Amino acid sequence: MIKMATTKTFDLVIVGVGGQGAILASDIIGKAAVAEGLPVTASETHGMAQRGGAVENHVRIGCKYGSLIPAGGADCLMSMEPLEALRFARYLKKDSVAVINTQQIVPVTVYSQKIPYPELDQIIEIMENVTPNVKAANFTELAKKAGAAQALNVAMIGAVSKYMPLNPDNLKEVIARSVPPKTVNVNLKAFDLGRDA
Amino acid sequence: MSSKEFLLGNEAIARGLLEAGIDVATGYPGTPSSEVLAALAPSANERKFHIEWSVNEKVALEVAIGASWAGARSVCTMKHVGLNVAADPFMTLSHTGVVGGLILLSADDPSCHSSQNEQDTRMYARFAKVPCFDPASPQEAMSMIGYAYEFSEKHQIPVILRPTTRVSHGKSDVTLGELPSERREKKFVKNMERFVVLPKHTRSLLKKLNAKQEVMAKELASSPWNRLTLKPGAKLGIIASGVATAYVEEVLAGIDLPVSYLKIGAYPIDSELIIRLAAGVEKVLVLEELMPVVEEQTRIYAKSVMGKMTGEVPHEGEFDLLCVRNIINKALGLPVCDPQVPQICVELPQRPPALCPGCPHRATFYALKSVFKEDSIFASDIGCYTLGTQLGAVDTCLCMGASITIASGLSISGINNHVACTIGDSTFLHTGIPGLINAVYNKANITAVILDNRTTAMTGHQPHPGIGQTITGAPSDEVSLESIVKACGVKYLQTVDPFDMETTKAAFKKAYATDGVKVIIARQPCIITAKKEGIRRKRYEVIPELCEGCRRCVKFGCPAMEFKDGKAVSNEMCAGCGVCSDLCQFGAIKVRSD
Repeated sequence: MIKMATTKTFDLVIVGVGGQGAILASDIIGKAAVAEGLPVTASETHGMAQRGGAVENHVRIGCKYGSLIPAGGADCLMSMEPLEALRFARYLKKDSVAVINTQQIVPVTVYSQKIPYPELDQIIEIMENVTPNVKAANFTELAKKAGAAQALNVAMIGAVSKYMPLNPDNLKEVIARSVPPKTVNVNLKAFDLGRDA
Repeated sequence: MSSKEFLLGNEAIARGLLEAGIDVATGYPGTPSSEVLAALAPSANERKFHIEWSVNEKVALEVAIGASWAGARSVCTMKHVGLNVAADPFMTLSHTGVVGGLILLSADDPSCHSSQNEQDTRMYARFAKVPCFDPASPQEAMSMIGYAYEFSEKHQIPVILRPTTRVSHGKSDVTLGELPSERREKKFVKNMERFVVLPKHTRSLLKKLNAKQEVMAKELASSPWNRLTLKPGAKLGIIASGVATAYVEEVLAGIDLPVSYLKIGAYPIDSELIIRLAAGVEKVLVLEELMPVVEEQTRIYAKSVMGKMTGEVPHEGEFDLLCVRNIINKALGLPVCDPQVPQICVELPQRPPALCPGCPHRATFYALKSVFKEDSIFASDIGCYTLGTQLGAVDTCLCMGASITIASGLSISGINNHVACTIGDSTFLHTGIPGLINAVYNKANITAVILDNRTTAMTGHQPHPGIGQTITGAPSDEVSLESIVKACGVKYLQTVDPFDMETTKAAFKKAYATDGVKVIIARQPCIITAKKEGIRRKRYEVIPELCEGCRRCVKFGCPAMEFKDGKAVSNEMCAGCGVCSDLCQFGAIKVRSD
């Protein structure tokens, strides 16, 4: 049984592949924290690394200091791609939560340098050795079910919302004013599906 | 009424500039500085200020200086290496000074997240004897701006605002202030002794500049940015600057031992602050990213100083909480934290940044590599296309504009290899043109490829003079790259569409066989801007029955092409450039039927 954070501080690392919407995800969470009157700091990957590279964003809810979360310091890792969960596993500690999207995006190095992409079962097993609190699901499929694969980031916010010291209704309000107007309903549905997953 | 918003550091800086009532904003894009002008641009018409992406940093600063001399509050933004380009006007500007406040924003990038080096803008501030504001957070960066303008105008000196990546690309809750309703009056008052730097004038200007130094340091000592906290019984004193203060303050909040602390957010530092801190403690620890700027000054006034110069603090890279905590713990004799890094028993395939699926540069590089023989040398430049290293098409990259020039140097060095170089459209306009003039004039033997994707792609798709649009989206006269190239004296010039592989290869073949300076403009819009503009191409698929598994298309390096069970397979990322279809010898890659 995973417990909800009891204090109003929460260090979240969001990782994925450039273009998956990690920046929008941290933006939504940060805005929701501000709306609840909590201090919040965050850090983003911009520039060259965005071009399909591995990206990591840090969000520190209830924090008025620096925005970087050190190794072994995250309360939660939200990984939008399975391989990236392994790459950034160093941020986790024993009682952290890892929410992992199981939909793979194969990097070109798998073909150019012939380093095999690890099996999904193996990834989950390694992650479970780091923390017993692994929540793995195909959030891309959930987002598609909600209406658009692009809502992956919001579906995963839904899943992470169970552990964050933020009001889910408040999060949904922020989502509604942060995503393109035509996609509000799709994103709100994705949030609910993610939260229920 | 004050309200809070969750803002990117660069957006907070833009807001601070609006609240200070800026009149002129200039700059050249460069990570991590680019979002400041981007965030300002939408307000330019309503708030009635001038804003521009200038062609390079030297130009940007000189435009801002001109405006300042007429009394305008101006800001000029760039990344740290951009200040190298603007260093010439900057070094003398401290002597002439300013009229309207002038902030030079130079964003530093500890750890080189998106840069070719780690240079420290504070050194330039010291070099030019100019004050420097070194914010720890988006909120502090924003709050510093109004103060910095008043300081600049009071002392008639330009000031540097130096955010680092963690401030510029950090986000936090930021308290907004009021926007001004009145505009300043502008007038240029002639003053030859100030604005014409004849040696006679400069000598007296330098005396004035030197006299300002102590006055400024004293004033900054009582500013909100430099803060001394003396703790009774403290054995250790810490001096930290900029973003390092955020980590130090978090660590100190969790330690019971008394520690005296000097926070530095603005330079020049009044030595009195350092003397007072050092007087009450046994040891002083200096924590700052990049160069030991504070540490060098501290060593003049304090004994037993720990820092970079004694090996306690790393010289390279950026800090984080753990690294700062352990340095402080060691200095206090407390145990260091060593988080258990999980053992990952499998080798992880790297995921480096790559050219996008459908990127026209990949097609150009492919054509170039297939024509130029194995021993050819490829010089390149700063932009997305530096990622051409992955295609073996980039052998050198030094700084903005150094592709045509390095290629020229290689070609006249006495080696016999063919030399080609690649440079982006924005980079060509930035500092590429003088190199091309030089190549023609001094008889280099090179093929220069201008990768014209009609935007400044890597920094976030800023417009430039070749596009015919300004930063606000207003139409402007379009500069013709062909006319510039011809005017430089180039005889061999051909423009190609890189998605037309046959014509592109033919152009390279002819260039390969011709002596002198050859220029090929490979023009095709960036796939990201093309998509935004609604250009949709049909996707391609591999017909499994026809695929022989030769991997030729896979070696092309497009993220949309995978290889499974001995056959190539295209995925959902395909943008429809069709180059892989051209490459396939078996006709196995075709437009999708759906």
